[in-house]
Amino acid sequence: MSAIPTRLRRSSRDRVLVTPEGIALPVTVASRGARAGALMLDLVLIFLLILGSTMALFSIAGGASAFMREIESDTAAGHVLQFIFIVWIVVLFLFRNAYFLFFELGPRGATPGKRMVGIRIAARDGGRLSAEMVIARNLLRDVELFLPLVFLASAGVDSGAAWLAATGWFLIFMLFPMFNRDGLRAGDIIAGSWVLERPRRKLEAAMTVARGAEPAVAAAQRKYHFEEAELSVYGEYELQALERVLRDKRHQSVESVYQTIAAKIGRNDGWNDERRFLEAYYTQLRARLEAGMRMGRRKADKFSDEG
Amino acid sequence: MTATLDAIESAALRSDRFRLEREADWQRLEAIVTRMEKGRIRGISDEDLLALPGLYRTVASSLSIARETSLDAATLAYLEALVQRAWFVVYGPRTSLWEWFSGFLGGGWSAAVRAIWVDILIALTVMVAGTAVGWLLVSHDPEWYFALVPKQFGDTRVPGASAEVLKATIFGNSGQSGMSVFAAQLFSNNAQVSILAFALGFAFGVPSLLLLVHNMAVLGAMLWLYSGAGLTLDFAGWIAVHGTTEIFAILLAGAAGLHIGRSLAFPGRKPVLQATAQAGRRAALVMTGVVLMLVVAALLEGFARQLVDETAGRFAIGGSMLAIWLGYFFAFRGNDGHAASRDASR
Repeated sequence: MSAIPTRLRRSSRDRVLVTPEGIALPVTVASRGARAGALMLDLVLIFLLILGSTMALFSIAGGASAFMREIESDTAAGHVLQFIFIVWIVVLFLFRNAYFLFFELGPRGATPGKRMVGIRIAARDGGRLSAEMVIARNLLRDVELFLPLVFLASAGVDSGAAWLAATGWFLIFMLFPMFNRDGLRAGDIIAGSWVLERPRRKLEAAMTVARGAEPAVAAAQRKYHFEEAELSVYGEYELQALERVLRDKRHQSVESVYQTIAAKIGRNDGWNDERRFLEAYYTQLRARLEAGMRMGRRKADKFSDEG
Repeated sequence: MTATLDAIESAALRSDRFRLEREADWQRLEAIVTRMEKGRIRGISDEDLLALPGLYRTVASSLSIARETSLDAATLAYLEALVQRAWFVVYGPRTSLWEWFSGFLGGGWSAAVRAIWVDILIALTVMVAGTAVGWLLVSHDPEWYFALVPKQFGDTRVPGASAEVLKATIFGNSGQSGMSVFAAQLFSNNAQVSILAFALGFAFGVPSLLLLVHNMAVLGAMLWLYSGAGLTLDFAGWIAVHGTTEIFAILLAGAAGLHIGRSLAFPGRKPVLQATAQAGRRAALVMTGVVLMLVVAALLEGFARQLVDETAGRFAIGGSMLAIWLGYFFAFRGNDGHAASRDASR
């Protein structure tokens, strides 16, 4: 797909997503490791929440042994305890089922665990992430994750067959993302969603704007003038490699790149002024290639013809 | 301002001048998006919120132009990341949970239920068949009863029990304490079962149907037991109080699972992933409703059944619940589900 410039294809997890405006965006599917990590974080959080609310309710109820005795009785205290017990059942249900729903329905589209590892959910077709999608993908999570536990509890912990079945079930769903390209789990397939990395990138300064020492740069531009033949040896790929070198500001790489380019075009007048020389070369090469682009001529790299 | 103008003037390349002219818009969008990502929506002025979609389109078009005119890799990468972040925000879940919920009750739910009517019919057939199977198995050989009905300690509902004993299990429990706890537990348990019935649809719907058959076979077996003691009508009333709601909910859950399974197996003309995702979203609507129905069922089971101790009253409650549900799903059109099902059918 030509919409992703080659330089941006960093990994096999890069995909193209087309927004409703028809703009192709390069996105990166979250790695399976990051998702497993996010899940662990969320489960720990849920566990802590359940533990916290259970202890809080117990302290209100005043101890476990008294609790069991009182709840059977028909006194006023018994009714209060019954009410607390109901709250506890509802809280457990909510934590297990609504935790993911609540956070993923927010504008951030991510649970606290996902936010910590820098991933979020999105609609696979590039359209709006709807409430139905979030509900569908999280209903299935219940089956993937919690069903084996429920099953074990009902079959008895000492039943070997139950352990085997629960483990098998668990593995099938946990390994599900391994067997498709986009790392979709069963819930993602049902909902039409996927999990993407959240990009974060600062706007860097423009390369050809004169900063500070304007006269010097202008002078450099005048000082180093490159002929058509000297500029036509390189293409876009080399231009962008040069951009990286100049932005990195590492003296050593600047020097070696200068050597390579100077040798290639047969110039040696930039000695001890490598950076200015390269900046001038970058600007003029980019001006030439961009002028070509406007006319519909692109040169991908040094091996390709201008077409 | 003049400083920026100077910078634009001094930029040597046309593409850098293009960038400097639009930079302010990009940075404004980035500031808004960053604040939204941090969850501080309240801190954003109305003006910025209104400008967000327009800014998003402006920056998206900047990206399209830059791709064709600029070779500045850093700027392109920045724009791509910014458009993606803005896309997350602009096309994120739009409605608040509450708005979505009122659209859901106001017609989205019933529209989704009507949309899966084929699956509901299939599930209904399977459930009736399951009940018949349960009855036939047990009447053929009473030993089957123990295989079907989970054995509980001290349960008097066994084959061979006298009519008085059986009658005692369905009447005269109004003094029982702990009913509310019982209701909450019932809800939690039933919700889990129906979520299971839905989610198992993923395996082409077959396990959903098996689960329905099993549940209804239990009912069929118990029906046989009580009818043997001449208590058919009383048992039906005892079940009907909450059963019309609960069994309806389980029917819908099974149908929702089947709907997904069916679109996985027979996606029609659409790609299988797209068809499944569409079915999944519709089924998710139905399932949210199922959980609500189970709350109602648990309340009925925990309170109404114990408090109303005679068959006619129980039938009245169960029958009117059934009428309410049927009317709501198939006669009530509301806003025709415009709000909630538009997203689901997209």
